[in-house]
Amino acid sequence: MKLILAIIKPFKLDEVREALTGLGIAGMTVTEVKGFGRQKGQTEIYRGAEYATNMVPKVKIELVCDDALAARVVETLQQSAGTGSIGDGKIFVLDVGQAVRIRTGETGEAAL
Amino acid sequence: MTKGEIMTFANKIAAGAGAAGLSLFAALPAWAQEAVAEAAPAAAAAIPTPDKGDTAWMMISTVLVMAMIVPGLALFYGGLVRTKNMASVLTQILAVAALAMIMWVMFGYGLAFGGDANQIISSGKYFLAGVAADSTVATFTDGVVIPEFVFIAFQMTFSAITVALVLGGLVERMKFSAVMVFAIVWLTIVYYPIAHMVWYLGGDEAATGLIFGWGALDFAGGTVVHINAGVAALVGGFIIGKRRGYQKDIMAPHSLTMTLIGTGLLWVGWFGFNAGSALEANGSAGLALINTFTATAAGVLFWMLTERALGHKGSLLGACSGAIAGLVAVTPAAGNSGPFGAILLGAIAGIGCCWFVMKIKPRLGFDDSLDVFGIHGIGGLIGSVLTAVTMLPALGGPAGDDYVLGSQLWIQIKSVGVAVLWSAAGSAIAFTVAKAVTGGRVSEEVEREGLDLGEHGERAYNY
Repeated sequence: MKLILAIIKPFKLDEVREALTGLGIAGMTVTEVKGFGRQKGQTEIYRGAEYATNMVPKVKIELVCDDALAARVVETLQQSAGTGSIGDGKIFVLDVGQAVRIRTGETGEAAL
Repeated sequence: MTKGEIMTFANKIAAGAGAAGLSLFAALPAWAQEAVAEAAPAAAAAIPTPDKGDTAWMMISTVLVMAMIVPGLALFYGGLVRTKNMASVLTQILAVAALAMIMWVMFGYGLAFGGDANQIISSGKYFLAGVAADSTVATFTDGVVIPEFVFIAFQMTFSAITVALVLGGLVERMKFSAVMVFAIVWLTIVYYPIAHMVWYLGGDEAATGLIFGWGALDFAGGTVVHINAGVAALVGGFIIGKRRGYQKDIMAPHSLTMTLIGTGLLWVGWFGFNAGSALEANGSAGLALINTFTATAAGVLFWMLTERALGHKGSLLGACSGAIAGLVAVTPAAGNSGPFGAILLGAIAGIGCCWFVMKIKPRLGFDDSLDVFGIHGIGGLIGSVLTAVTMLPALGGPAGDDYVLGSQLWIQIKSVGVAVLWSAAGSAIAFTVAKAVTGGRVSEEVEREGLDLGEHGERAYNY
């Protein structure tokens, strides 16, 4: 099993979700996050007081899938979340040791 | 100068609000009520009764000013602070307003308008002694009166909003207890004397307020409310000190939506403040009403234009700030200007206040957190001095043929000077006392965590 962790532009979330469910992904966890990379933040000005915000709002997606599907998930994510400009985000793939469905106690890929 | 002459003079210059003319009977100290009562049968026919229209308008004006404070000013200021201090701002505004109301009926009205004493202060009618439902005070028109309780309540709201305005300069760091001690001392030694000096007409010159006696124009409180509050906030900023992290940490407003709601409530309430200061439902009130639209509209647009000229985007906060700057500037001129003079005033205030707040304040290195001095102080100065100009018939003002601009301008400048000096000295005393009694500032830890939890044990928002 692989944990796919993607940081994407917030407005791309719906598109990404639709593309991934099309692949048969049954669930994911989404978190609103802030961070910085190459994309610069913006400057806010209140009555002349300037505040540079270095952190840019992003959405973090976490999902676990079986090994066979991982490559296609990454490819789909890259296509659906991309705009071609800086700040599109990143995708990380990690190995997962175990998964448990709390309600039934099923483990491994059956729990996904 | 006899009382009659003063009254005529007052009418001619359309002198401002307040209590300009307490009626002969109402202006007498409480102990003289019996004497009046004895003389009453003979004079009964001449005693005017309040007009129901005037009375209704003044009651509405009074509650409109109340809405300016809570929730208007509370939300305007609250939106401008960080989330962790929202409840503390709302609490401070509500609490000092409540305190000012109680103080007003105990001795504030007595010291400001209670009866003839001298040019600096009144004396009498403590605990509203001798005031009854049929007591009246004179307005600016001969023979027109309104119920004294209505006048007392109307003026009460002015004292309450003025002390609440000061707090904008000191948010996010001043102890709640220090705020309350400051309010008690400041209202007593600063607000009541200045209100008396600007608005009290006594039986003779020696008992008439100093600034009123000069013939100063202050329709609704440019000196009493705005210069006074602005200078106090500036002095307080020096004595209480800057917020930790000022000009370093991000201190962006937590909700401009709240600030917009507050701005709207302030603007609507200001019709009671300005038009109500005519003390009657008449043409002068109507003039103040339209000026309160036009000056404010000009303030909104010219603040945003100034932002553009300074290389920024036109902003919502700028528009709200411009509205307040326009409202402040037109306050002394409300009934002393034509609608186009008011536009001029609002535009100058929008430009002047914006320039001060954005370009001058950051270099001065003091933390007037919500720009009480920058908007109320500077806007009040602009309005109070230029009211002499907006009076000119050439600008659509209501001045008569014998109006002399130069001498009126000098009177306005003198009045502003007295208000600035009195407020600065008295505020220094009030903040020093508050600091000595309570410590003044919250601890570093409370300031970091926010005054909501540290000072009040609650949060404004629980998501």
